[in-house]
Amino acid sequence: MKEPIIEFKDFSFRYYAQKKPTLKHIDLTINKGEKVLIVGLSGSGKSTLGNCLNGLIPFRYEGEITGSCKIKGRETKDLSIAELSKTVGTVLQDSDGQFVGLNVGEDIAFALENDNVPLEKMRPKVKEIAKMVDMEDYLKSSPMELSGGQKQRVALAGVLIDEVEILLFDEPLANLDPATGKTAIALIDDLQKKIDSTVIIIEHRLEDVLYRHVDRIILVSDGEIILDGDPDEVLASDVLRDHGIREPLYVSAAKFAGVKITPDMHPSSIDEFSLKDEDRAKILAWAKSHMETKVKDEDILLEGRDLRFSYDGIKTIIDGISFDVKKGEMFAIIGKNGAGKSTLSKLLVGFEREDSGTIYLENRDIKDDTIYERGKEIGIVLQNPNQMICNTMIYDEVAYGLKNGGVKEEEIKERVEETLKICGLYEMRNWPISALSYGQKKRVTIASILVMRPKIIILDEPTAGQDYRHYTEIMEFLERLNDAGQTIIMITHDMHLMLEYCDRCITIVDGKIYYEGLPSKALVDEKITEKANLKMTSLYDLAKIVGMSPDDFTQSYINAERSMRHEKD
Amino acid sequence: MKKTKLFSYVDKGTIIHKLSGLTKLICFLLLSFASMFTYDVRVLLILLAISLIISYIAKFPFRRYKIVFIYFLVFILFNFFLNFLLAPGYGEELFGTRHVIFVINDYFTLTWEQMFYQFAKLIKYLCIMPLGLMFFFTIDPSEFASSLNGIKVPYKACTVFALALRYFPDIQRDFTNINLAQQARGIDTSKKASLKQRIVSISKILLPLVFSTLDRVELISNAMELRGYGKAKSRTWYSYRHLVKRDHIAIAVCILIFVTVLFMRYFVVKDLFWNPFI
Repeated sequence: MKEPIIEFKDFSFRYYAQKKPTLKHIDLTINKGEKVLIVGLSGSGKSTLGNCLNGLIPFRYEGEITGSCKIKGRETKDLSIAELSKTVGTVLQDSDGQFVGLNVGEDIAFALENDNVPLEKMRPKVKEIAKMVDMEDYLKSSPMELSGGQKQRVALAGVLIDEVEILLFDEPLANLDPATGKTAIALIDDLQKKIDSTVIIIEHRLEDVLYRHVDRIILVSDGEIILDGDPDEVLASDVLRDHGIREPLYVSAAKFAGVKITPDMHPSSIDEFSLKDEDRAKILAWAKSHMETKVKDEDILLEGRDLRFSYDGIKTIIDGISFDVKKGEMFAIIGKNGAGKSTLSKLLVGFEREDSGTIYLENRDIKDDTIYERGKEIGIVLQNPNQMICNTMIYDEVAYGLKNGGVKEEEIKERVEETLKICGLYEMRNWPISALSYGQKKRVTIASILVMRPKIIILDEPTAGQDYRHYTEIMEFLERLNDAGQTIIMITHDMHLMLEYCDRCITIVDGKIYYEGLPSKALVDEKITEKANLKMTSLYDLAKIVGMSPDDFTQSYINAERSMRHEKD
Repeated sequence: MKKTKLFSYVDKGTIIHKLSGLTKLICFLLLSFASMFTYDVRVLLILLAISLIISYIAKFPFRRYKIVFIYFLVFILFNFFLNFLLAPGYGEELFGTRHVIFVINDYFTLTWEQMFYQFAKLIKYLCIMPLGLMFFFTIDPSEFASSLNGIKVPYKACTVFALALRYFPDIQRDFTNINLAQQARGIDTSKKASLKQRIVSISKILLPLVFSTLDRVELISNAMELRGYGKAKSRTWYSYRHLVKRDHIAIAVCILIFVTVLFMRYFVVKDLFWNPFI
């Protein structure tokens, strides 16, 4: 029955550009028809492992290989990317970037075009595959007309058309909102059952992948396989958490409460998770002891009144939004793609001008301020740091905004150094930016805004594409800033982020505010999560199991999490 | 937002739109070469009429392209004027006669011959202009690559062209984002700043643009290679449309026009110009 399809034997790989090997002595066998989840931090080697399967290593990224890696019994290094692509279909993380066609049909057909398949055979085949991923009505649509989830479906169709036996997903959830991510996981699962393929998912959002069953979880750390086992066994241990991977919320809640988790409790699925009465009592008692909430009651800093905006005068993007942000708050703007949350932030910093309505900063109408004048008061950090960095050295980059404003040289030096210290970049101040990791670059961009001493910092998806360790690093840094009095607004669809760090949130649906208040309430309300393309947290289910109101339970969890973080500091 | 719409393809379902991309490309080339090969005003006027009739059939939205036409007219009028300034006697030389309209001085003398020569040139431009615009207006961008490949342009070059069309809006959006983020940090690219300052500022925008574009290029080339791009000597095109009867007719008509023009040029008039002055 068990027929191995992928076999690594004492496999090591070193990129020529690096001194140390990225993968060390990998021994791994994956059988036909298995569904495997590979987890690990950025830089752990999990993506490198994936690239060994599709041939990007060693044909595109060259390096030194020792040991063997066989797919269907053949050494990958004796094949080519093109040959491997007939067996291994890869869906990359960025569903927009990998969309190479001008419309859906063309993109799905891409592999067939390269195989010189005649038009008469190609067209029906494209239609058939598009139907499998529910995209047959969109064959003529351009990528700009599609949502992130739809583009991912197209990418999936584009590899399915090759009738591959192995489907490899490289962080399939990274660019999707929670609800779309959930649908994607369900789609992958259904497809696997239908076409009987082997599925490998590389992802660090463990809880979201576990929404459907997986056969094995493999933990990669520092180029080695640390753990390879049944999901229930893996979750019962603390190995994942020790290696910086976030456990499902309900599992960590139970662990916080002191419940001893064993594999026979089925911790890999909230629906099958079984708790004894004494464990329930333990969790309930723990939750009740963390109920108290502190509400920040400060003066209003930023106020939007009845804002309206449209790009083309036809389709309204912002439709009468009023809100206020208090001094010292960590404030979240949430909503699904296209709901208007990014547009709202553009109005706040003056990149776009509202058609009607008023924005007040400390009770002053800021309509007539230029982009730069606003930039000094309300700074914005874009999602992609590469879009912001315009100098080659860290010091220059951080000093840049001040230099443009004609601040005196001594003052610039003083402020830049102070900011670099806050951001933990002081030791690197004379480094070139190209030597930094993605997370460090992100910190440089935050520093380059912080140095202007804005009253408010807006961050667009600050943790997008970050694994749990780097996510925690960025968020704890922002939390420290916030504790020091910095007001922060975040645009996000990361549920953990808003749950654990934000004081208040507004949910935007179709250009209007649908909900305003505590994030813990938003994420246990079915209507709100559905409208905003979020998903209910598993704490909701756990609260039901132990018999406590879901929003109180969620709030207790957040309080407990926060106090643990503070103890650590 | 509005800018990107200017050259976007809209399928209006006319007979011209229904022609295959390859037909359009061939016809465009034939008709433009035809009008390049002759200075015969009679032929040029007929060609102009043909190109206007085609535009009419294709429901070409002249109003939307008004600005393009204005630029073009300014350009050819400027050219017209320059022509006279640099070589006011060229018409006489060509036609061998001299019918003076009025005299400014010995050098600048306006003659009917000069006017006639410049008029012929003007019509020539006017012929090609709507043809070119029409071509871009009625061709489905994804079909364009397959058409180029159809006239034996190597397929890698064709893909580069299609990719440029695909990613241009993305890069444009990146540029806008970067530009605004830089303005928020005090860069001034507006007309208020001095030229030197603006050049420095623009270069600061280009650096992040180049880096984010390089990221994109790596991703795209990986994505393409992972789906077998570049392994074979040829490839087929999903958007390619087989030539049908109407395509054959259209190509035949254009070949006929092309041959007729050549015939007139080499066997009937036997000169580049038709001379009404003799």
